[in-house]
Amino acid sequence: MSNSSSRLYLHRLLAAAAFAFCFFIVFFARAETALLNVSYDPTRELYKAINQKFAAEWKRQTGETIALKASHGGSGGQARAVIDGLKADVVTLALAPDIDAIATQTGKIKADWQKRLPNNSSPYLSTIVLLVRKGNPKAIKDWDDLVKPGVAVVTPNPKTSGGARWNYLAAWGFAQKKFSGDEGKTTDFIKALFKNAPVLDTGARGSTLTFAQRGIGDVLIAWENEAFLAFEEFGADKFEIVFPSQSILAEPPVAVVDANVDANGTRKQAEAYLDYLYTPEAQKIIAKNYYRPIHTEAVDPEDLKRFPKIPLLEIDRDFGGWNAAHAKHFVNGGTFDQIYTPAK
Amino acid sequence: MVESTIFREPMKRDRDVADERPLVRRLLIALTVGLMAIFFFTPVALVFVEAFRKGAPAFLNALGDPDTQSAIRLTLLVAAIAVPINALFGVAAAWAAARFQFPGKSILITLIDLPFSVSPVVAGLSYVVLFGSRGYFGPWFAAHGIPVVFALPGIALATTFVTFPFVARELIPLMQQQGVDDEEAALTLGASPWRMFFTVTLPNIKWGLLYGILLCNARAMGEFGAVAAVSGRIRGETNTLPLHVEVLYGGFDLAGAFAVASILAGLALVTLIVKTILEWRHADELAISRRR
Amino acid sequence: MLPVAWRFGQPSPLPGFRLALCGTLLWLAVIVLIPLGGVLLRSSSIGLAGIWEIATQPRLMAALRLSFGLSLLAGVFSLVVGLLIAWVLTRYDFPGSRFLDAAIDLPFAMPTAVAGIALTAVYAPNGWFGAPLAALGLKVAYTPLGIFIALVFIGLPFAVRTIQPVLAETEVELEEASATLGATRAQTIRKVILPPLIPAALTGLALSFARAVGEYGSVIFIAGNIPFASEIAPLMVVMKLEEFDETGATAIAAIMLGVSFAMLLVINLVQAWTRRRLGHG
Repeated sequence: MSNSSSRLYLHRLLAAAAFAFCFFIVFFARAETALLNVSYDPTRELYKAINQKFAAEWKRQTGETIALKASHGGSGGQARAVIDGLKADVVTLALAPDIDAIATQTGKIKADWQKRLPNNSSPYLSTIVLLVRKGNPKAIKDWDDLVKPGVAVVTPNPKTSGGARWNYLAAWGFAQKKFSGDEGKTTDFIKALFKNAPVLDTGARGSTLTFAQRGIGDVLIAWENEAFLAFEEFGADKFEIVFPSQSILAEPPVAVVDANVDANGTRKQAEAYLDYLYTPEAQKIIAKNYYRPIHTEAVDPEDLKRFPKIPLLEIDRDFGGWNAAHAKHFVNGGTFDQIYTPAK
Repeated sequence: MVESTIFREPMKRDRDVADERPLVRRLLIALTVGLMAIFFFTPVALVFVEAFRKGAPAFLNALGDPDTQSAIRLTLLVAAIAVPINALFGVAAAWAAARFQFPGKSILITLIDLPFSVSPVVAGLSYVVLFGSRGYFGPWFAAHGIPVVFALPGIALATTFVTFPFVARELIPLMQQQGVDDEEAALTLGASPWRMFFTVTLPNIKWGLLYGILLCNARAMGEFGAVAAVSGRIRGETNTLPLHVEVLYGGFDLAGAFAVASILAGLALVTLIVKTILEWRHADELAISRRR
Repeated sequence: MLPVAWRFGQPSPLPGFRLALCGTLLWLAVIVLIPLGGVLLRSSSIGLAGIWEIATQPRLMAALRLSFGLSLLAGVFSLVVGLLIAWVLTRYDFPGSRFLDAAIDLPFAMPTAVAGIALTAVYAPNGWFGAPLAALGLKVAYTPLGIFIALVFIGLPFAVRTIQPVLAETEVELEEASATLGATRAQTIRKVILPPLIPAALTGLALSFARAVGEYGSVIFIAGNIPFASEIAPLMVVMKLEEFDETGATAIAAIMLGVSFAMLLVINLVQAWTRRRLGHG
């Protein structure tokens, strides 16, 4: 091997390193106003639509070009990432405790965040419904049917998924009413329900795919918006949506991450972004994406028809708020952990 | 180049007493092919079948998506950082471990191997523990405006961690096998240390080095667990290809997910092909490292 | 096996020891030791008693049992299958044997997430293998069996690649001698061929086990994540993190690190033992 060729080898290596370094610099040198929205799994489609509209609207109003970036994942994991330093300008998560966790553990969000925007800082609502296979072969009409032997229920894991906590509380609320508050019977009901669950995916979207794509289970407990989306994506000839006799009012909250927007100098944009969610234009998009809007004036009546009025439990009224619900059900050793006792 | 005392594969020849009957033999071959088809080929075949299920336009469409393009760029960039650094380190480690005796050498070699058996999840977590905003060094870096986790440096670090041992593992046995005669001769003839390194050592190990780089690169581009913990999953910015596969998969875009997955699987196949060619051409230099 | 280039105590005439060693140590410290040390340090903040308390939680115990048990099972299975594959690839020349040989490293080069999604699709009840198996009443995806298959996918290359070279090295003459002396083929295999393979086989087992215990990407899609049934140990780390319990996560991580280290120790001991038995390094 000659001297020159190995020299060449080294030079190539150095050139590659230099190239990598330049790339590195360019990567961080991009200056442009950008907003990062850290959200949970099922909102991918919603925020894709919202972001486009908002960017256009912001450009029209201020002349400023804004880049909207999105990150989606399990709600708890996303909150954890923000706590650990993910530079989110706004968070739009599945449940209030996840935003509370950011507020209490880091102070990056002010403690009164939920009072800063209308409707508990929830610009859209949803509920929990049941998605069954076409023709409803197991004749599932209500929560009772989920505990019957031989019915396979798909739901994500409440420990890792925000949506799953709404599922859990909806089922709990139903059982509580059915057994007139008998705690023991309610627990047994929930136990029987989870006995019927062959898979606990880590996120709501994972569960939808397990049910719809992999053909597992007879019924999927899902966000209403997720059920409609599965309908749209996989074809209405495959599934039916069952609205149970009662469910829960899910309020996915949004908040500006104060410390991050102040550091990024994006407070104005971030606040405008969240305010935009409450505008008639955004509410229309929200309804189109199968979330229940809070203002219905501009919403397409066709879209509204999709959302039947069913009695909905409320987290504050019926469960004493998230803190109480969390402490009772989802902490280590809570009612969820008691379902899976090692005695088998 | 010196012909070293290297093991060669025994000739495959007809053996009478030391062989199975043809029927048994065929059965064993069929069994091997069957098992490999079940365990290895089916999942790979599935990736390509699913990728093209909706036809070539859908496939190209998925690859042309700006988010996919950015994931490809990021993945290449991360590999371009992690692989050369690990190659450089691997050569240094191999030089120290294969050319010198020192106390604690076996511990050093064990530690070099450690990332190999550490769970990727733990690897990712460890960088969050260090560089997260509640981490040991995180606040300092944040105060100096240097993003680490949920940005390129964190992803590059996590990738470097999981691909850490590959080059060194490949080179240590090879260099031990080759011995020091060439290098000592070069020094005796008056070559400077660096000249000796570039004209003797490097040419001698270049195929082994390339082999290690190849494996390192394949792993760097495909890492999921460790990178997922430090990525932040910002679409179009911190999603690497494997993460983007998951994003598309979760976005009900199965054709897209498998299209992107097929690039990665294709990359794996290319790696194997290049590796196999290397093995055929330079069997003498590589055989030794296969005998770990 | 390897020629020793220097003798202990004799200073090497070669340059660059200090530079190479310092570079290696620095790099090792920055990339591996300090981060892992950070995990141990963070977990130690709850003390050994705290770690013990977390480690003995029944749910985590079940996950660890599942991960360790399945990894061991998959390792042993890989070993048996790996022995067969290695045998066929080294001893028989047949059309496509080189192709198969190259393909052994496929799982190694395949990104784990891609493998995970593909395996799930193959073994789901509506998948290529899942459907016929489901017809037989056998559920694979989302059960421990599915995890087992993913772990075999991960572990098989290690078994094959550690056994293969040793098998190639064994001398056919020995087998011929054994046969000449009247041994049956089965006796020859048991008494002549297998014993020298034991150290390599153990190393392969330890390697695939160590890899399987921590594996996440390829397993998480196919695991059912049901507590006490199909929940793997790495998922417990992730789960603790999502519960905002970073210390708990590091505690589980520390336990897993201990296992990784123990496995590496086993590998090294086996190799040292082999070297002693063979008389030289």
